Amino acid sequence: MSLFGNNLSDAEKCFIIHGIQDDFRTDGRSCDNYRTIELAVNVLTNTHGSSKVRLGNTELLVGVKVELGKPEKATPDEGRIEFHVDCSPNATPAAQRKAANKDFVNNIESMLVRTYANKIAIDLTSLCIIKGKMCWIVHVDVLILECGGNILDCTSLGVKSALQDTGIPRVVVKSGDEGEEEVELPDDPFDVQHISVNNVPILVTVSFVGTRHIIDATVEEESCCSASVVMGVTRRGRILGVRKQCGGSLNPETLVEMLEFGKKSGRQLHVALDKMLKSYEKGTTGYL
Amino acid sequence: MAGLELISDQGYRIDGRKPTELRQIRCRLGVFTQADGSSYVEQGNTKVLASIYGPHEPSSNMRSKISHDKCIINCEYSQASFSSAERKHRPRGDRKSLDMAAHIKQTFESCIHTTLYPRSQIDIFLQILQSDGSNYCACVNAATLAIVDAGIAMKDYVCACSASLAKGTTLVDINHVEESAGCAELSAAVMPKLNKIVYSELNGRLHEDEIGKVLDSVVLGCNDMFAVMERTVREHVEETVSNFTHS
Repeated sequence: MSLFGNNLSDAEKCFIIHGIQDDFRTDGRSCDNYRTIELAVNVLTNTHGSSKVRLGNTELLVGVKVELGKPEKATPDEGRIEFHVDCSPNATPAAQRKAANKDFVNNIESMLVRTYANKIAIDLTSLCIIKGKMCWIVHVDVLILECGGNILDCTSLGVKSALQDTGIPRVVVKSGDEGEEEVELPDDPFDVQHISVNNVPILVTVSFVGTRHIIDATVEEESCCSASVVMGVTRRGRILGVRKQCGGSLNPETLVEMLEFGKKSGRQLHVALDKMLKSYEKGTTGYL
Repeated sequence: MAGLELISDQGYRIDGRKPTELRQIRCRLGVFTQADGSSYVEQGNTKVLASIYGPHEPSSNMRSKISHDKCIINCEYSQASFSSAERKHRPRGDRKSLDMAAHIKQTFESCIHTTLYPRSQIDIFLQILQSDGSNYCACVNAATLAIVDAGIAMKDYVCACSASLAKGTTLVDINHVEESAGCAELSAAVMPKLNKIVYSELNGRLHEDEIGKVLDSVVLGCNDMFAVMERTVREHVEETVSNFTHS
């Protein structure tokens, strides 16, 4: 999962694994704790919605832009959400190596598409303007600024907050001269509607290290991890999409345990995120 | 461009600045933990992140360029896809980005004491988060601060500024609207203490007699920029030192 080879010695790995066995990680957290999350929304002026998230040493920016387009033939009454992930060379010089970067980015994109771009997560029909002719295409651009482990969870936090922040212009459909429908954009730039993010999931990565599972692994912990499971968890604790990552294998019982654990953490994370977004004041975090 | 007055009769620009006024500058050093040096610079609505990795052993694709008496400078410029009003499809690798990277690389090759780091490589990574004109200048200023943060030896600060000419008045630190209005744009990077120009570029047409005037205001703009950058560095160092003494 990690983009750049983290060269830990056997002794260091052993130290991390033994610490986790005793529920005491190298940064002092217990197995079910997240690192500090810093969140800022509405940070980029030329987007429709944006957010900046810092989770420990992992930092990313999410910008959402909407544009008018044509719906897919297979789904004429639905809009589209497209995800584009970019890993800035600032994050790690390894991002310059095109092949490694592509794998890393594709992995994140595919997980996002799997969990977000479906009917359960977001009501795509609300993005449709004229059936079969015109819809909103929502471009979600994720820019990774620093890689400090657990990119997927951090990305999903950013994506959810940015989508919640996104204002789509409230268009009016009028019938034109020759029976053609015409779309009129509002004059007021603040006349917007928001996307409902009630059922939007958050990705939770549960990593299996040594004999226990942990959440929010750092880069060092990721390099000791034998297997990890990523899942999308909704606010109500429903699981949308699960994927096992890393080279190792898992017992079926462990997998079920990890899913249960991830579900619990995911629900707590949703509550924490809502609280953060509610109490957020502009200009209180970070530099942007 | 018809109907677009770059400078009003009262002598104010489109965004309300005076001709020689820079946009609001905010900068920070050491924004990332992973990089050897990093900085964030905001000039109005142009926002840049810079990070420096190195000096380190040259990476495998740079092996052929290793020099026994100086270091290699590697520069990469990327522009976030949401940075401009139109969504960009390629964050990096397009011709404009490669061009920009080459210019920045050239600027810093003449300012860094490259001979102090033989057989090594220094990476300068620039990421535009929001672009609103004078991107080159913001990048150079950000890179300078990041290099200072990384502790790499330079001959002097490098400060960059741009200017344009409208109705015989020079406009300093031009924004996107002024840039796209089709006037000439002169950008230059200056070492303010040594009073030397390390880079200059002119886009568009400018009368020979007026180049001197525009260049003078660019240099003045660079000096203003230098004052802000130096203060930021001093504040950053003071803060870091006070952290040392407290712990």
